[in-house]
Amino acid sequence: MTAVRDATAFGALARDHLPRLYSLARRLLPEDPEELVQDCLLHAFRRFADLRDEVAAERWFNAILVNCAKDRYRAAGRSPEVPVDPVDEFSLFRTIAAADPFPYSDSLHVDFLCRFGAHDVHAVLADVPDLYRVPLVLVHMEGYPTKEVAAALEVPLGTLLSRLHRGRKLFERRLWDYAVQHDLLRDGGR
Amino acid sequence: MISCEAAVRRLWEHLESPVSLAERALLDEHLALCRRCCGEAEFAAELRGVLQRLPPEELPPDAGQRFEALIRQMEEQA
Repeated sequence: MTAVRDATAFGALARDHLPRLYSLARRLLPEDPEELVQDCLLHAFRRFADLRDEVAAERWFNAILVNCAKDRYRAAGRSPEVPVDPVDEFSLFRTIAAADPFPYSDSLHVDFLCRFGAHDVHAVLADVPDLYRVPLVLVHMEGYPTKEVAAALEVPLGTLLSRLHRGRKLFERRLWDYAVQHDLLRDGGR
Repeated sequence: MISCEAAVRRLWEHLESPVSLAERALLDEHLALCRRCCGEAEFAAELRGVLQRLPPEELPPDAGQRFEALIRQMEEQA
């Protein structure tokens, strides 16, 4: 009887969190979010007794999802470190200023960012290697403290901070490349 | 005074979590004298806002149905 009640309670909780989990899974594993959410649901179901308080359910599901993502990265042997140069030296701010793509703009940098719709930003983010994208997603988009993310990813805080820095630089670099490739730098362009 | 690269790096770290007073003082000293980095500081906040404001990705209906089937299967097996 308890097992049935637990399964029903789990089902209700999982349904509530599904849209959010899917969105996070798209950001952690863009090419296979559905498989990742399925892994997460199966693990969460088996460990449902560990969840003492439903208020903590969001963090509990997220932690399981991140662990499942780590298993998949490991299994695929993904994301080698990106060489330091020239990524660390790239500055999107300076690149935009030097290229001056909108000569009549008095808010050049903001105008540049306004060219990107949500779909474009998702595409750029998906193009950042896992190793750097995952810290960006968890810290800047999900709002987790850096120490907590370092613990979840099982890396020293210094390593996490370094990956965040490089993740930001890669994100900046790819925003610029995307803008060039998709004709976002032309006045009157898309 | 710290370099522009070091200042920009601290800018982002400051946005992520409060830095120490000594770190903050180094950053403020640099920003007080370097107009370029003031622009970088504003842009770093804008860029972070782009990530923070990104709307959630939609759950496709067909994937939603497959998840629903999986959850029902779990409920029935219990």
